[in-house]
Amino acid sequence: MNLQLRPALVAFIALSAITGLAYPLGVTGLAQAAFPHQAGGSLIRRDGQVIGSEWIGQSFTAPRDFWGRPSATVDAQGRPLPYNGANSGGSNLAPSSPDLRKVVQDRIAALRAADPDAANPIPVDLVTASGSGLDPHISPASASYQAHRVAKARGLDEAKVRELIAAHTEGPQLGMLGEARVNVLKLNLALDEVPAK
Amino acid sequence: MSHAWSQNLLYLALLLSLAYPVGTYMARVLEGERTFLHPILRPLERGLYRLMGIHEGEDMGWKAYAWSITLIKLLGLAAVFLLMKTQAALPLNPEHQADVATGLSINTAVSFITNTNWQAYSGETTLSYLTQMLGLTVQNFISAATGIAVLAALIRGITRRSATGLGNAWVDLVRSTLYIFLPLSFVLALFLVSQGVIQNLSSYLHTSGGQVLAMGPAASQAAIKMLGTNGGGFFGANAAHPFENSSPLSNFIQILSILLIPAALCVTFGHMVKDRRQGWALLAAMTVMFVGALAVCTQAEVNGNPALDRLGVNQVASVDQPGGNMEGKELRFGPGGSALWATATTAASSGSVNAMHDSFTPLGGLVPMWLMQLGEVVFGGVGSGLYGMLMFALVAVFIGGLMVGRTPEYLGKKVEAFEMKMASIAILLPCAAALIGTAISVLVPAAVASVSNPGPHGFSQILYAWSSASNNNGSAFAGLNANTPFYNDGLAVAMLLGRFGVIWPVLAVAGSLVKKKHTPEGLGTLPTHTPLFVGVLIGVVLLVGALTFIPALALGPVAEHLTLRSIR
Repeated sequence: MNLQLRPALVAFIALSAITGLAYPLGVTGLAQAAFPHQAGGSLIRRDGQVIGSEWIGQSFTAPRDFWGRPSATVDAQGRPLPYNGANSGGSNLAPSSPDLRKVVQDRIAALRAADPDAANPIPVDLVTASGSGLDPHISPASASYQAHRVAKARGLDEAKVRELIAAHTEGPQLGMLGEARVNVLKLNLALDEVPAK
Repeated sequence: MSHAWSQNLLYLALLLSLAYPVGTYMARVLEGERTFLHPILRPLERGLYRLMGIHEGEDMGWKAYAWSITLIKLLGLAAVFLLMKTQAALPLNPEHQADVATGLSINTAVSFITNTNWQAYSGETTLSYLTQMLGLTVQNFISAATGIAVLAALIRGITRRSATGLGNAWVDLVRSTLYIFLPLSFVLALFLVSQGVIQNLSSYLHTSGGQVLAMGPAASQAAIKMLGTNGGGFFGANAAHPFENSSPLSNFIQILSILLIPAALCVTFGHMVKDRRQGWALLAAMTVMFVGALAVCTQAEVNGNPALDRLGVNQVASVDQPGGNMEGKELRFGPGGSALWATATTAASSGSVNAMHDSFTPLGGLVPMWLMQLGEVVFGGVGSGLYGMLMFALVAVFIGGLMVGRTPEYLGKKVEAFEMKMASIAILLPCAAALIGTAISVLVPAAVASVSNPGPHGFSQILYAWSSASNNNGSAFAGLNANTPFYNDGLAVAMLLGRFGVIWPVLAVAGSLVKKKHTPEGLGTLPTHTPLFVGVLIGVVLLVGALTFIPALALGPVAEHLTLRSIR
């Protein structure tokens, strides 16, 4: 039987060069030319410094900021480090897991403690961790739930805060794809621009 | 109201309408006809053949064909392994990723050459850009192209009469890569970048607030990973990562690209056997099973987690929130966009994820698990799904033949003892690997120690891992710590069995069928393009899957579902 060694070796090396070097480098070149902002990570800059990416959520914990979704990401040693952009991942807790119920209860308690006046049930996305641990969005309902707390902490009119939420709410893409959402980092940055009363 | 259902309908409509043009185009490529890309790619193609020292018209028997496919995969195995073991000293490694441990390197190399793309590794913390590009991206192309090549050989086995040659493996590989995967991936990658998926060679970015942002050539790999039903992510969180799958539109298009080629190959099949209805019948059987699975998964995830209802959490969908079971899901996709992805990725042998399947509701997680266990034939992997389904079609005509007491035939070829033996091996070997692997794991303390969730769900994690590896899917209940010697080695064996243990019998069937004369249709022939046959085929697939796996599923997701409502 013909061993097929020469065609195998040549095919492997040639296809590797085409699909493993020419293709990704070609895409990189064209992407950098046509969509440099997106290809580089859709970065948000202030005063020349990179403060984040519009696609990667950040950890906000102060009462004056809108909080993003809980994040299950960890650092290199496996210790919790929410919104670690260098090590994505979810909690992988099962729906039946006692740990899931415990951690959701703790998050509910923290939200209630931060704003004892809020009586509505808490939207599910605000107490569950995302798959990537880097979710940049919360639902409009979750933003609305936090409006009272943020307004109070910043000394702003709640109506003004709700106005900003509405301005930062994106509907489903093309009317039917995905979910309505609010970008937390962009909303907080917009809040920082509003002078206190 | 959740957008889940309208999104699902739009998806099915687009998928089925795109299947025709793409399927016809692929048939032209595999039959060596001229396409609109020939002016650009034909010189390159001819140059490759000259370098390889082969002639396009040179046919191979089934053994030479199977050996060629095996050989290029062995070269891939060696290349990926060596890249991972030496990446620290190689270029395009701005993060100075260290050489990868041997066990993980073998597991990853096996997983990529078998089109499984099991992620025991986490891309952004483990792999250099060079390893991602020259190792993983290349295997994404080649393993997908081999799937199409094996399918092409099987189809020729059916259509050619009293012959021995099944075509040339190298020509099929080169043509699938150059004319099908390369141009589609190029366009898809650029589209994904326009939506926010990153594509650069920069080192990781440090923001002024101290956040580290992983970078890299993600779009080029994401594109072929979807189109080739590979599924291995550039990042650890796979397509849940916003830099790998940014907007809802990028999500939708990526789901479409999972099933596009597997669905279109049914049309290619009909075209190549010169009876379009045969292709539509297979596509219909796949679509019916897919729609059922999609409905169950979507409903389960939209309904949410009953264990959280009692804590005072609002899981009801409205214009202001997606609601549903949101643990492990991205807000921009919601339960609908996540359930659609989960169903498509496990119907095909993609295994990419945009949400963590481990956190799905019990029934929502049962659907992906069972779709894998059916042997990845509901659309399935590129090529592998259809050749798997054709094995089931042989079994279906065989059972039909038994009922009327006549030698069964499929598309004019008699189906005899040898074909049935090979089809049985191809169908049952992955089932056996999945169940035996699971059984061994629950007896080995080191394997049980990897489980991260208590109760029936822990068993589901193990069953899911073996089902995924044996059927070359690659998705996971990722809480299971699979980067251990036991799972790295054991699952690697399962992946090899699931790929080569199917490819060799399928090509043996092709080699046997191609020698046979054409048998004219008679009164006792079971027509294979009718709704009746579609029904029989679905029945056979479901029956094999049900008889093999229902006991195991009862111990895992079914038990978890029944206990979930009583949790307090």
